[in-house]
Formats: sequence, structure tokens, C-alpha cells
Amino acid sequence: MDEKKEKIISILKDVTGLDNVGSDPDENLFADGILDSMATVEVLVTLQDEFGIQVPVSEFDRSQWSTVNKISDRVTELE
Amino acid sequence: MHNITPYSSPAYFIYLTVLLLPIMIGLLFGKRFKWYETIATLIILSITFFGDKSLQGISLIFYILFEMLVIFSYLRYRRNKNNKNSFWIFTLSVVLAIVPLVFVKIDPLIKNPTISLFGFLGISYLTFKSVEMIMEIRDGAIKEVKVTEFLRFILFFPTISSGPIDRFPRFQKDVLNIPSREKYLGMLKSGTNKLMLGLVYKFVLGYFFGTLLLPKVSILALSYRDQAPLGISWALLAYMYVYSMYLFFDFAGYSLFAVAISNFMGVNTPMNFKRPFQSVNIKDFWNRWHITLSFWFRDFIYMRLMFFMMKKKLIKSRITMANVGYLTLFLIMGFWHGETWYYIVYGIFHATAMITNDAWLRYKKKHRKQIPSNKLTKAFAIFLTFNVVCFSFLIFSGFLNTLWFQ
Repeated sequence: MDEKKEKIISILKDVTGLDNVGSDPDENLFADGILDSMATVEVLVTLQDEFGIQVPVSEFDRSQWSTVNKISDRVTELE
Repeated sequence: MHNITPYSSPAYFIYLTVLLLPIMIGLLFGKRFKWYETIATLIILSITFFGDKSLQGISLIFYILFEMLVIFSYLRYRRNKNNKNSFWIFTLSVVLAIVPLVFVKIDPLIKNPTISLFGFLGISYLTFKSVEMIMEIRDGAIKEVKVTEFLRFILFFPTISSGPIDRFPRFQKDVLNIPSREKYLGMLKSGTNKLMLGLVYKFVLGYFFGTLLLPKVSILALSYRDQAPLGISWALLAYMYVYSMYLFFDFAGYSLFAVAISNFMGVNTPMNFKRPFQSVNIKDFWNRWHITLSFWFRDFIYMRLMFFMMKKKLIKSRITMANVGYLTLFLIMGFWHGETWYYIVYGIFHATAMITNDAWLRYKKKHRKQIPSNKLTKAFAIFLTFNVVCFSFLIFSGFLNTLWFQ
């Protein structure tokens, strides 16, 4: 797993307080109730700070940010 | 001729069927007759707004022109690359877009009929759509809008009076694309099912609870009001459940019609209800009840507010921040429903329920091993949520106002 994904997983772990988040990079983070609105915003803000990107809140389409792999793709796009 | 409220009478359904036929035949043969859809929209809108009370229609026209001015000015501002994405111009646009709705809402309070020049059926829902467009123009999710596209989206007649609240980019995907015959036949089938279910919901169950039962329990509850403090009685409890059932079947029935008619026009308008009375907690409930409204509030108020507070580090504690967010969101929702004490209390009640629920979920997370979780606890959770929700609807109904103060 690359460095970017590891960083994303560690952000997710910090925000949710769950140790096993991201063990499956295709796990749906919204469907399983891992991320609620509040946690989502926290992840987005942290991603902004860590990667120096601008994440638009309403362009934020849940289906495009629903797994670790997808988040990583979006970060790459926005970098 | 009277103004006909959408989906309220057999006549409306007859007009609708006749007007929809050419659209449906067109779609079956892979064509969208844009000009015809425009004419059909004009006819339906004139039936709804230009009956005996044509003031409604005139208000609608002025409202649309006003929103158009606001949205297109803002779009023009955002498209000019020399402009920064100014927070103040964005805020100004949002404020302007909601001014007509605010006037309509405070009008009953100050009893000055001249300020709510813009009052017409469905103004709330058109305002939700307008504000959504401004927000998405700001974020760059909407980069281009033609006047005709704006009008088609805002005036989409199946959802004009009470939603569901669609979003412009999603709506565009549907109307710019013609479904394959196979897909369209699927939409016709699912639309027909929804239409039938909607008829049962609104005209059988909604009628039973709202028109037959509700007046009876209302009289009964009022007759017992001196028997116990606060007028509490079994009849009041019955009122609470009957009203809740009426509210659900009436509104879910209407929403099913709106989605069904959209489907017939080849548009997948999002659903508004997903078995709300099977929710296991209040958060779950808001993901299943009036979904397009609660998601609108989630995406355009709650998440934005959280984003703002977190970036500016206004509040340190994440828990406090979430709670402030809930309170803001539900207070705005309360005020949106109307400027009466019971709508505001309804908002505060739901905010409190959300805050309590979050606290419980945190507690549960920490004590996962000690707290049992099985079919029985789940049944209890559903039962408890159902009753909390029904109680909130009792507040919402305004019946307590009648019971206590009139």
C-alpha cells in the first residue's frame, strides 16, 4: 500500500477512533456507519491541511469518496 | 375555474394523464419533445396557479424573475476568472434568494399582507432549489446554466408544490439523456407501482386517519381537557398516533405521486421516505423521513457550518461543535415551518433528541461489552424511536396550542 493511502487510513483512524478502519480499502465508509456528517467534515478538513488541497463541500459527492481507494483517487486529482 | 392543488383531485389526475401521454409515447420511441414539455408545463402551471386566484400565478412569475436575476448575476460573477470566490458576495446572493420566502414566513406575524407579494404554493421548495444552485455555483459543481435549463429545473411540475427536492446536476443528467426503451419500460413499471401505492397512502389511509379519525379524537381529547393537568388523557395519546399516521400517509402518498409522474417523464426524482417508522434511532429516522429535505439541510447547512467552524477553530470540542450544529439546523427547520411556538419547540425537541442520541452512541461505543445487543434491544430501539417521533409530531401538529391556549 502506498504512502498516501496509509496517511488517509491514519486520518480515518484518528477521526473515528476505530483501529480496523481501512483494513479493506474498498469498504464503504458511509454504508457501514463509520463516517457520519461530522466525521466526514473532520476528515475533509484534515485532508485539506495534510495534502494542501481544496475540497469543495457541495461538490463532495458521497459516492465518490466512499472508500479509502476512492478518497486516494480524489486526493490525487485535487493535488 | 379554481386553482387546483397538485394531486388533490381526480380532475388533476385526468389532466395529467392526457398531458403526459405524448411525452410517454415520445420517450418510448427515444424522443424528448422539448417544446411539447414546455407547453404541458405551462398548462399544468396555469391550472395550479391561474385559476380563480391568479395572484398566485403573478407572484410566481415575479418570484422566478427575481431568482433568475440573483442566480444568473452570481453565475456571471463566478465565471469571471478575475473575481475571487468572495464569501460576502456568496452570502449576499443566498440572502437575496431567501428574502421572498422570509417575507412570506413572517407575514402572518406582523399581519401586513403587502410585504409577502411573493406568496404562492410551493415557494419553499423553489427556494430550496434556488439556494442549492447558488451553493453549487460557488463550489464549482455548477459551471454553466442556460435560462431554459434553469426554468425547466425550477418549474418541473411533478415536484413544484412540495418536493421531493432534486438537485440541478442530478436533474440535468436525467433530462439531457434519453433512457433506452428497456430502461424506460422499467421506469414506467416502477412509476405505476408508486402511483398505485400513493393512491392507497393518500386517498385511503391518509383519508382514513386524517379526515375520518382525526376530528373524532380531537373532539374527544378536547372534552377531557379539564380532567387532568395539561389536558393529558388517553384520547390525547390517540390523537398523537392518529395524527402521526395521517402526516406520514398523506405526505408519503403525495411524494410517491411526485416521483411516479417524474418517472413517467423519464426523470428519477429521489424518493422522500424509506420506512421511517422502522428507524432504530433518531439519526436513522432523519435518513428515512422527508429525506430530500433532511439531506438538503445536512449538505447545505450542517456540513457547511461544521466545515466553517472547524477551519476557523471556533469551538474546540468536537462534541460541542456537533451539538451547536444540530441546534442551528433544527432551529432553522423549525422557523422554516412557521413562526409559531410549537414549530420552534419541535425544532428544539429534535435537536435535543439528536444530542442525546449522540451521547448514547458514544457511551455505547465505550461500553460495548456490557451492553447487550440482540433482537429484543433492537425492537425496543424501534419502539422508543417511534414514540419519540410521534411525540414530536404531536408538538408539530399545533394541537397542544388548541388544547392549552384556546
